[in-house]
Amino acid sequence: MAEAFKFELVSPERLLVSEDVESVVVPGADGEMTVMAKHAPVMTTVQPGVVTVKTAAGKSDRYVVFGGFADILPEACTLLAESATHVDDIDREALTRRIQDAREDVSDAKNEEVRTRAEAYLAQLTTLERAILPA
Amino acid sequence: MASLKDLRNRIASVKATQKITKAMQMVAAAKLRRAQEAAEAARPYSERMAVVLANIANAVSGTDAPPLMTGTGKDDVHLLVVCTAERGLCGSFNSQIARLAREHTRKLLSAGKTVKIICVGKKGYDILRRDYANLIIERVDLREAKQIGFAHADGVARKVISLFDAGEFDVCTLFYSQFKSVISQIPTAQQLIPAKPAAEPAAGDAVSNGGGVYEYEPDAGELLSDLIPRNIAVQVFSALLENAAGEMGAKMSAMDNATRNAGDMINKLTITYNRQRQAQITKELIEIISGAEAL
Repeated sequence: MAEAFKFELVSPERLLVSEDVESVVVPGADGEMTVMAKHAPVMTTVQPGVVTVKTAAGKSDRYVVFGGFADILPEACTLLAESATHVDDIDREALTRRIQDAREDVSDAKNEEVRTRAEAYLAQLTTLERAILPA
Repeated sequence: MASLKDLRNRIASVKATQKITKAMQMVAAAKLRRAQEAAEAARPYSERMAVVLANIANAVSGTDAPPLMTGTGKDDVHLLVVCTAERGLCGSFNSQIARLAREHTRKLLSAGKTVKIICVGKKGYDILRRDYANLIIERVDLREAKQIGFAHADGVARKVISLFDAGEFDVCTLFYSQFKSVISQIPTAQQLIPAKPAAEPAAGDAVSNGGGVYEYEPDAGELLSDLIPRNIAVQVFSALLENAAGEMGAKMSAMDNATRNAGDMINKLTITYNRQRQAQITKELIEIISGAEAL
């Protein structure tokens, strides 16, 4: 059994998770990464996606996060999410609305830079939708 | 002297008022608990945000720091974001915040600076409009919001940041009321932009860092420019939550006072009423007796 470390998932509204875990999969800026104990200190932004938490007790939980960043230390990991929900509690309509908003952002974009960023965000959201909808 | 009937009406009306203030006090007490819980639940996020920000700010050298952190290098135009409640009947809560903002504005104006004001909440707008109507550039209404969500704060922060990007101001200060306890709220001014140099990371953090050097993904400068707008939103959010709790606390004690005053008033009026009734009875008796004696 792998060594456990402290993981905290915090959204501005509340502290969602604070427990000892075995591993956490974080949707980082440059792709997904699995964090385990004794990970090198990394600070990364988080894309909209699914965070998979495997607790020290062997339970597995999935959370949907919309942006934020993670602070990873050898013996702790803190994920500050802009908004986070357990995958079972996700509001499908809210997600659809976000996608709708993102589409509008793309079409309203005034210059290339804004458009590229909006398109990237939209792509992340649609991937996320596909990842959780069948679940 | 008021007649007996007048007194009776008066007592009835004060009693009705007392019932209302009592009900408002109880509603405020219930809401206060919820607001306090929300404020407490939000605390871990802002605390951790501060730690992370301090860490990363140390890593980024002064020159690559984004302008949101360093400021524009001038301080000619000040933006004041004044957060107040949407409703009155909460003692001096709103006027305290407004007074602080007004003093600040006066000081800045007499120093020859330009001042712009954004009002969050209706009451602050109502008060500041009297003196500085021409300085208010925007007002944010949160009246429909039942529970303050992060989205509201994010909206305010976005507005502030887009104004900054457009070069509309140099320094931004946030005014709100810090929730100390039910009976004490402290109006506070907090500088948002340029970000105050973050507090030194606690010694404990340096140890838990394991002495290792952070890797940044993407690089530190980019990360910081993503973090700071978020930090501004978080600061606005916690200000709004503190305000919500403070408003309810102030309302609770204001309504408690009002209920007690109404009780005192009822007691006084009842004594006057009884005395007058007794006087009238005595008078009538005297009239009957003297009438009988005269026969």
